[in-house]
Amino acid sequence: MDLLIQQVVNGFTLGSIYCLVALGLTLIYGIMEVPNFAHGHLYMVGGYVTFFMMTLYGINYWVSGLIAGIVLAVLGILLERIVFNPMRNSPSTNKFIAAVGAMMFIEAVARVLWGSDFRSIPAIYDNVVMIGGVRLTEQRLIIIAGAVILMVALYLFLKHTLIGSTIEAMAQNRDGASLVGIDVNRVAMLTFAVASLLASAAASLSGPIFLVYPSMGALIIMKVFVIIVIGGMGSIPGAVLGSFILGMTESLGATYISSNYKDVIAFAILVLILSIKPSGLFAKGGH
Amino acid sequence: MDLIKKMYKTKYIAYLAVFALAIAFPYISPNRYYLTVVTLGFIYAIAVYGLNLIVGYLGQLSLAQAGFFGLGAYTSGLLSLKLGLSFWLSLPIAAVATTTVALLVGLISFRTRGHYFVILTLCIGVIIHLVIEKWDSLTGGVRGLIGVPIPSSIGPIEFKSLESQYYLVLAFLILTIFVMSRIVSSLVGRTFKSIRNSEELAATLGINVMKSKLLAFGIAAFFTGIAGALFSSYIRFLGPEIAATHLTFEFLLFLLIGGQATIAGPLVGTLLASGITESLQFMQEYRMVVFGALLIVIVKFFPGGLVGATKSLKAKLEKRVNQRKKSGTNLPSKGESHAAKNRGFN
Repeated sequence: MDLLIQQVVNGFTLGSIYCLVALGLTLIYGIMEVPNFAHGHLYMVGGYVTFFMMTLYGINYWVSGLIAGIVLAVLGILLERIVFNPMRNSPSTNKFIAAVGAMMFIEAVARVLWGSDFRSIPAIYDNVVMIGGVRLTEQRLIIIAGAVILMVALYLFLKHTLIGSTIEAMAQNRDGASLVGIDVNRVAMLTFAVASLLASAAASLSGPIFLVYPSMGALIIMKVFVIIVIGGMGSIPGAVLGSFILGMTESLGATYISSNYKDVIAFAILVLILSIKPSGLFAKGGH
Repeated sequence: MDLIKKMYKTKYIAYLAVFALAIAFPYISPNRYYLTVVTLGFIYAIAVYGLNLIVGYLGQLSLAQAGFFGLGAYTSGLLSLKLGLSFWLSLPIAAVATTTVALLVGLISFRTRGHYFVILTLCIGVIIHLVIEKWDSLTGGVRGLIGVPIPSSIGPIEFKSLESQYYLVLAFLILTIFVMSRIVSSLVGRTFKSIRNSEELAATLGINVMKSKLLAFGIAAFFTGIAGALFSSYIRFLGPEIAATHLTFEFLLFLLIGGQATIAGPLVGTLLASGITESLQFMQEYRMVVFGALLIVIVKFFPGGLVGATKSLKAKLEKRVNQRKKSGTNLPSKGESHAAKNRGFN
């Protein structure tokens, strides 16, 4: 029983990380209607920036995370300006290929600059706490709490600020949004900034537990794709739900089915879902 | 009419020259290293021709291709290594097995469209890769398979030397190019293109879209499987990374550099990109920095790749010449048909 609870908590931790990355991807999908292949790589860069801020400059963990978030927001805007904005009117296959190019580029730059070694963000919160018979490191609690706080903040931002609601407006109807005077370019840049910031936060939070390495982006991006397909592309509640479904399945699957094939589980779920329901579980209408 | 005849003549001469160069290459190649590089390039090119049919002509971005390549390689490698089958049996079995899997995959994935299709095929590619990597007892896992036998000799023809293997691969490449060029100029090929341009319109015309897509997918996988089998007997070592999505992206890069939806594109792109890669060996690390950026530039500015860009340049020049000659001689405007071919896909 304890093992089960333990794994459920682990699933929550994993789900929280997925969720932060998936939310960003969903926002971008809503605006650009392109699955941004390079999003996972922004997550990776976020991890590296946090790592170097802490180890090279000895900056506090939280401040490092904040700096990484700002750096990544700028990177996200650059990505939108250089890659996605010029491709706005291209066929969607071409956009997809451009995103693949951006992904290859970022990963290669990371390898050149930082090598292929695995690094670990120094853990400062590795005390173990016991909650109802379950052993937890503080870092896991921080991950879950951090993700929840960011999700609530995102919700408030999108629903209760004018600037945030422009993102939603544009996702709902691009033409309508520009008709009522919303600056499409500005919203696109804003969306990339917010999404990259979330990805960076996910990496800063998870860095002390999972490691930081150049190909970490490639694995998470595929899982996050699985999530947003499960959740119906572009649906925010769907992305949140999908993240926790996947995190839970992976965590429980690794314990009770096979730890060797745990990465296969995620992709097998997707294939299963799409063979039964080709437009995703919670599709809000096809694109 | 004279001009057209002349053009066909120069075209054939060009083909013959390329063919002669390919035949003579082992003798004029300055060292054996180049020969290895080109042979490997030819093998990849066969797989890229498969991808070209799907991406270029059918207009569907399938990212499972490296998975199929790995499937072909491992099927052929395992059959010859564990069951002692001859290469000449294991190659067709590998191609058929890959096609069968691809048809099953196609049945599922072609029910989805657009981004769902891309992501689904990507995931299927990842599954194939992970299964190969994790199924330790069969595939040797990350250690891979070592010592796949070289093709057994047919009568007096042996395949022990590098040169003979080069010619073997070349024969398969020529076969691939021949079959592909026949397919794309046939009614079936035009069916594929009509699906690329508009699925709805194609369906309205009475085309069975699902069946045509499956056909293209199957043919592509068949050649990708052959390429995999050739790879296994040529390199003689198989590791799970040959099925990784990374390789799919390389294939995509080769295709886009050369030019999608062209017959010369896959070969040009593959040889050029793998040639550059080899000559930049000393800066291996920076390779993807260049290629990643290049991919974005190509897809933005030259969606037709190198072959496409050359064609449109030629078309432009011809148009200008035609306009100058426009003193009554009723020359057919070649420019337009080239331009039409050259739109890229959408």
